[in-house]
Amino acid sequence: MKLQIFVTLKPGVLDPQGRAIHHALGSLGFAGVDDVRAGKVFEMEVADDTDDAAIDAMCRQLLANTVIENYRVVKA
Amino acid sequence: MKTAVLVFPGSNCDRDLAVALEAVTGTAPAMVWHGESELPAGTALVAVPGGFSYGDYLRSGAIAARSPIMRAVVEAADKGLPVLGVCNGFQVLTEAGLLPGALMRNGGLNFVCRDVALTVENGDSAFTRRYATGETIRVPVAHHDGNYFADDATLDRLEGEGRVAFRYGETVNGSARGIAGLLNDRGNVLGMMPHPERRIETAHGGDDGRRLFEGLVEAVGA
Repeated sequence: MKLQIFVTLKPGVLDPQGRAIHHALGSLGFAGVDDVRAGKVFEMEVADDTDDAAIDAMCRQLLANTVIENYRVVKA
Repeated sequence: MKTAVLVFPGSNCDRDLAVALEAVTGTAPAMVWHGESELPAGTALVAVPGGFSYGDYLRSGAIAARSPIMRAVVEAADKGLPVLGVCNGFQVLTEAGLLPGALMRNGGLNFVCRDVALTVENGDSAFTRRYATGETIRVPVAHHDGNYFADDATLDRLEGEGRVAFRYGETVNGSARGIAGLLNDRGNVLGMMPHPERRIETAHGGDDGRRLFEGLVEAVGA
């Protein structure tokens, strides 16, 4: 089974990298970009019988730091 | 007194910490590789060094925090063993859950490498007993991810409990409430971004960091 796990900063957590990317887009002349938040995507290949609780545990224990980040799992 | 310095792939301040600990204890610390699952018997103090453990992959300190030796350190810290984490060591301690909050990319995005002024906010801990509360010291920082974050309720609680050990006396990295060093709830774990181990000799730019190690040895030996 293929998984995509999206890890993004929680709302309200300042994202200096997103702000720098936003600024760079402005420098390139792209108008109308209201906000940019940077995050990570993990593409994983896991056994078909991997249950949701195990996937959730992987996210909580390692892939995301839940103090500052949210995560979202998409099964392909 | 037996001390231990952890060594991860990518640690680069482990030898500086060893020099500082040997200078104040008279005995060279055990250098403990991340793959070990136990601390040497009789270890009275553990230091987690600065550097770029595992190349800062995933998040600074994240992989190191899940290494076999850190499981032993968390268990020992829960029983009261003193643990000092400096720079990447602070990041490792937050990732391991020994300290609250997280250390994010510096607000200005730059790697900051210079001497900074620190205010000693709590001079009563095992780590800060040789300093006076309110005293200003100068110690260098060298980091990219030192921007401390915790929610407001946590920050209020930390301040109320006297757990902010050191605060920046100037703008450094965007850290919440200028937090530079933080204690755990029972006071046996300190994480700090600045490097006291780089200021233990006046010939090397100052000795403001030396009293941290002297006080700690005094507290642990007492």
